[in-house]
Amino acid sequence: MSEIRNELKYASSHEWARLEEDGTVTVGISDHAQDALGDVVYVETPEVGQTLSAGEEAGVVESVKAASDIYAPISGEVVAINEALEDEPETVNSSPYDDGWFFRVKPSDEGELDKLLDADAYKAESEEG
Amino acid sequence: MGNKTALYDAHVAMGGKMVDFGGWDMPLHYGSQLEEHHKVRQDAGMFDVSHMTVVDVDGAGARDYLRTLLANDVAKLDGNPGKALYTGMLNPQGGVVDDLIVYLRDPGYRVVVNCATREKDLAWMNEQAQAFDVTLTERPHLAMVAIQGPQAIEKVKEVMGIDWTAAITDLKVFNSIARGDWFIARTGYTGEDGLEIMLNNEDAPGFWQALADAGVAPCGLGARDTLRLEAGMNLYGNEMDDDTSPLQANMAWTIGWEPEDRQFIGREALAQEKAAGVENKLVGLVLEDRGVLRAGQKVVVDDTNRRGIITSGTFSPTLGFSIAMARVPVSVGDSAQVEIRNKLVPVRVVKPSFVRNGKPLV
Repeated sequence: MSEIRNELKYASSHEWARLEEDGTVTVGISDHAQDALGDVVYVETPEVGQTLSAGEEAGVVESVKAASDIYAPISGEVVAINEALEDEPETVNSSPYDDGWFFRVKPSDEGELDKLLDADAYKAESEEG
Repeated sequence: MGNKTALYDAHVAMGGKMVDFGGWDMPLHYGSQLEEHHKVRQDAGMFDVSHMTVVDVDGAGARDYLRTLLANDVAKLDGNPGKALYTGMLNPQGGVVDDLIVYLRDPGYRVVVNCATREKDLAWMNEQAQAFDVTLTERPHLAMVAIQGPQAIEKVKEVMGIDWTAAITDLKVFNSIARGDWFIARTGYTGEDGLEIMLNNEDAPGFWQALADAGVAPCGLGARDTLRLEAGMNLYGNEMDDDTSPLQANMAWTIGWEPEDRQFIGREALAQEKAAGVENKLVGLVLEDRGVLRAGQKVVVDDTNRRGIITSGTFSPTLGFSIAMARVPVSVGDSAQVEIRNKLVPVRVVKPSFVRNGKPLV
């Protein structure tokens, strides 16, 4: 059974978003998503300074098996990317919610977070899917 | 639910992630495809390949039949029971109906074809059999296990015991031994040494468990695909199909042109293609930069608008970067570009063989 963290918000496309104390939002992919992908071997993140709209393509995660697009769960400017994933993409598998984060945005509208799924709603959706 | 092999319950018990493969419920991996891959390169792994189709070809006309049906010449097996031959089975247009291994038995022959093409193959083989004194018998009661890796043969000997030790030790590459329903061939699909063993369905779960107890890692279809791709081995449906000539699929070496009077199916079409000049060839691509090559991506070989196409691509667990096989215009040089998500990425063009016996070739 894959882990779904209660304190996070989720997109139907399996990204998670976490509001940090400094007002930025960290984005990664869910445990369910990494499990479905299998061994991750390559991650393409957006660039720092890039402005993303919610739902826009923000990168790619490739496992041995397949490539999968990453979508921005929230609009804003990218302020940080997880450079460690370049050399150790497998961190996405081992620590999807912590060390395996993808990028951090400064949200243009924090209210967009409320449009995302909470843990229960995501759980229901990912179980159906 | 699809067909189940005799090892289905064992896969589930060992944590196999089951997926549909050509109508069969087969394990994709048992946790980590990468770990399974490395285990085969460095030690020993085992694959359930019972979904493959085994057909015995018997009768006075068996040899003549196979010399017509297959592009390679089974006459090469004469006098060496147990010996194996890799070949394409072609249609009259020179396309590949399937690729297969044929073993000389005593008497008769055994043919192992792909599961995804089973019905098409059997229909074609039966149609061609009309003109010969030959009987075709499918062997669904046989399971098949491939044990591959540098330690594979030692581990199999350990499990099979003293009665088999000498025979397995003496078994040469691309040869087989048969005793009762047990059929042991030194063949594989990984680029490592190893065996493919056919045995009765009833014996399969016990044999599988004994191998696991001896330290042979169960491996799924995921690792099987990355291993065969590193080894530069074709996958039917990717590197070739009904519309692809073996001359364009790195299979020219499997065509038995001699003797000239052997009229195998597809010969005329291949001879014409050769005379006119073969337009494409199958090459290997290496992407040492970051990214992953995937089937279907276009390959730019020169400044014309002619494009090649990747037939299989993956991240190579052994090499640590991406590799692919691609069908490209024969004019290709030693570098090319691949279109990945609307970007052109430079790749090296190599022979389609990347890893053998644990060692990188590129």
